[in-house]
Formats: sequence, structure tokens, C-alpha cells
Amino acid sequence: MARTGKTQRLLDDRQGRRTMVWIMAIMIFLTTLAAALGLSTQAAGRALDRQLAARLTVQVIEGNGATRDAVAARLLTALRSSPDVVRAAEVDRQRLAELLEPWLGEAGLDADLPMPAMIDADLRDGTGPTVARVDALAKSVSPNIRVDRHATWLAPVRGFIDVLGWTALALVLLMTGATAAVVLLAARAGLDTHRGTIDILHMLGSTDHQIARLFQRRIAWDTLNGGLIGVVAGGLVALFLGLRLATLDSQLVDGVRLGIGEWAAIAGLPFAFALLAALAARWSVLRRLAGVL
Amino acid sequence: MASIVQFENVGLRYGQSPETLSDLSFTLGAGTFHFLVGPSGAGKSSLLKLLYLSQRPSRGVVRLFGEDMVLVPRGRLPGFRRRIGVVFQDFRLVPHLSARDNIALPLRVAGVPEAEIAEPVEEMLAWVGLSDRADARPATLSGGEQQRVAIARAVINRPELLVADEPTGNVDPDMAERLLQLFESLNRLGTTVVMATHDYHLLHRVPQGRLMRLDHGRLSDPTGELRHPPPEGAR
Repeated sequence: MARTGKTQRLLDDRQGRRTMVWIMAIMIFLTTLAAALGLSTQAAGRALDRQLAARLTVQVIEGNGATRDAVAARLLTALRSSPDVVRAAEVDRQRLAELLEPWLGEAGLDADLPMPAMIDADLRDGTGPTVARVDALAKSVSPNIRVDRHATWLAPVRGFIDVLGWTALALVLLMTGATAAVVLLAARAGLDTHRGTIDILHMLGSTDHQIARLFQRRIAWDTLNGGLIGVVAGGLVALFLGLRLATLDSQLVDGVRLGIGEWAAIAGLPFAFALLAALAARWSVLRRLAGVL
Repeated sequence: MASIVQFENVGLRYGQSPETLSDLSFTLGAGTFHFLVGPSGAGKSSLLKLLYLSQRPSRGVVRLFGEDMVLVPRGRLPGFRRRIGVVFQDFRLVPHLSARDNIALPLRVAGVPEAEIAEPVEEMLAWVGLSDRADARPATLSGGEQQRVAIARAVINRPELLVADEPTGNVDPDMAERLLQLFESLNRLGTTVVMATHDYHLLHRVPQGRLMRLDHGRLSDPTGELRHPPPEGAR
């Protein structure tokens, strides 16, 4: 049958189609949210890896202030001359005192308080050998030096981000499966609803593939229409949540954002689901028709 | 005369029930007109189902257009169905399509380009006298009008075999007469017509019509004419 609006009208069922469109809109709305969660946490994980895996804080633990400052200066010079270190900077002592103020009060600002000198260092990469070389370099300057990898103390956060990502992926897969199941049910219900028309088409010499095409086109079209509604609504919600996250001004959630690639993947959801729906409908209809002469 | 339909010892049963049709053997030549008569439950509709390929026989050979329909794979049946026109007593029109689109359906099924559909459809509408009702949906048409749409749909592809199951059952006598004239004119163009009917008055209206009498699933053929039809000129 030629692909015309007239052949599409063979399966006229406007109420049923409206319902299908809204079911698909809801399914793809939820899938969009799950996908946005998964993709943004993946992006956050990557950003966290970038920021933390290659970042160290080196502490000079010396009780004597003059010795501490001398060691810190030598350490800073050594780090800056290392090819493994991209950037090294001493943490402002005033800033350190302010950080301690909530716990120590005004005493935190006392110059006599034996606080360690701290140097933040960004490495060329966060691999184990590089970290080990920098660790050895720092300890060669003084034995009273401690090297902290940021990745170590943020590992639980990174793990939680991974869990969120896997949960989102599972949700997307579940929604995909549920959508396929809905399509199969819709195709079967459609076959029952349109049994009379299908009998007529068979009698007139329609092939199974012609009849399956009618269903798959209709269901794919309904899925695409519903999907576009769902993806726009889901995208707006994801955008709104992203804007709210941005107002938190937290370094930890700074990476939770969707890039162009991620948005493109989300925009492709309705088309992917329409394709899935077409294939599921075709399979279901052909399977059912194979049992009829 | 080439044969369009050939049945050899055909039997048909549904499930485990007794045979609905038994030992049917007959040959229908191209361009012939046959009335299929018999009491209700005699198996007329079942025989027609075998003819329009809605059923395969339980036994025997059904040969249409020279090919054994029992052996033909399912995937090839649509090609044969397109050579057969079917008219039902209950019309079986697609309810949400207009008369015009119902008539155009076989052409669309056959993949005829849209640009080539309008002309034959308008011709058919004129032939059955429904040009002014072309856009009406079946529910708004009278029984006679619906039957004419069904006939137009059945013949628009110029089928080699036209099978009609009680086509005049739901129309008044005048309309029945008119429908019969449509079948006759089609038969004159070379289409083999098999028409099941209860209306014995119609039998006298078609001089060339031959009678197939079915009773309890068996064909009455005392002279053997159905099994071995005489040449057209010998009648």
C-alpha cells in the first residue's frame, strides 16, 4: 500500500491514539529525567575525577614557625620545578585561619598558633606513579611532610555518584522495556480492535507486511508525538533543576551539568523510542498474523 | 475453455466436527456464471471460503488459476486473492472510509500509484450509480448503496473470479435485479461469477447461469456436468 494519509486512516482510532500519545509522553518524560540524571552524574563524576585525581594537598607539620616557613618555601620551589606538577600554591594563612575560626574562635587568628603550612598542587595527571614521584619529592625536602590526595577523601562521594549513574541507567533500561511492552500490548489491542478491517484487507490481497506497516507507522508516529512532548517537558524540568543546582555555588556539584552532547542524546530519545516502537509493533503484528491464513 | 476453478474430492471440517463439505469435485470454466444454491447450513459459505482463499480444505485438491492452493505457500496467497473479487451479504465495508476510499482500497493494496487511482474509482462509482454519494460513509448509505459499493470494490481490479455470498440478501427486489445486472455485465467482460443465493427468482434472470446445488455439504451433480463441463458452444 502506498504511504498515504488515506491508507493511514484504515486504522482510524482517534481516542485510542490520543491515549497512546499521552502514555508515551509520560514514559519518555520519565526516561528523559532518568537519562538527564544519569548523564549529568556521569559528567559530574568525570569533572570530579579531573579535579580531584590530579590534586594534592601537601602539609608541612612543623611546630616551629620559622622552620615550617623555610620548609614550605623549599617545598614550593621543589614542587614548581617538578615536571609532574602543573601548579603549586601555598594556601593563604589568613584563609586557613578563617576556616578554623568556627571551631577555634578568635584564637584561630593567633599568629602563634602552630598551624601546618599547606600547599595545593595540581599534577600533570592523577596516575599512581606520578603521585608516588611527587610524594617522594615532597618527603625528600623534609620528613615532617604529609601528602593528601583529594581523591582519597572524596572517594565515597565518587562512589555515590557512580551508584546514581547506575541507578539512572537501570531506570532508562526499565523504561525502555516498559515502553516496548506497552507497544506490544497496543499492537495486540489494535489487531483485536481492527480485526474486521484486517480481514477485509487480507481478503483484498494485503500481505502481512503491508498490514504490519500500517500498525508500525501509526505506533511509531504516536510514540514520536508523545516522545516530543515528554522530552520537552523532561528537558525543561532537567534545565530547571540544573539552574537550581548552579545557585548552590558548591564545588562538589559544579560538574553536575549537561553539555551539548548530553542534550543531543536526550533530544534523540523520542526518535530512538519511535524506532523501538516501530520494531516492536512490526514483530508483534507479524507474529499474530502468521497464525491467520 | 480454460478452467479457473477445479475441486477434486475436497472435504472441509472445522476442528474435530464432522465434515462440513464432503467429496466436492467440480470444474468452473473461465467466463462462466454459476449460482450456488442450497438450504441454510448446506455449506455454501464454506465452499465460498475455499474459493476466496479464506480456508484451506481438510483434504482433496483445490486448484485456482491452475495452481494447487493446498500446496501454495501462505506468502503467495495475497497474489491470488488479488485476482478474486468477493461480495458479502453484510457488505464488509471499512466503516470510517468514504464510498470512494472503500472502492479504491484494492488498488491501494495492489500498490497502484495514487495518481492512477482517481480515474478508475470515479468510473466504478458511475458504473454502480453512486457518483453523487462518493464521499458518504457506509453508515449513511442504504443497504442497496452499500452493496453497490461492495460490488464496485470487488470488481475494480477486474478480477478473474468473482465470489458473491448472498449479495442480494439485504436489498429489495428491484435493487436485487439491478445488482444482478451488474454481475451479468461483469460476466460478459470475462469474469467467472459464483453467486450463492436463496433467491430462486434470480436464477431465471441469467440465461447463461449454471446451477450448483449443495445439500449437507455434498454437491448434487446427477449429470456430471459440474465435474466435466461441456464446451461452451455445446450447451
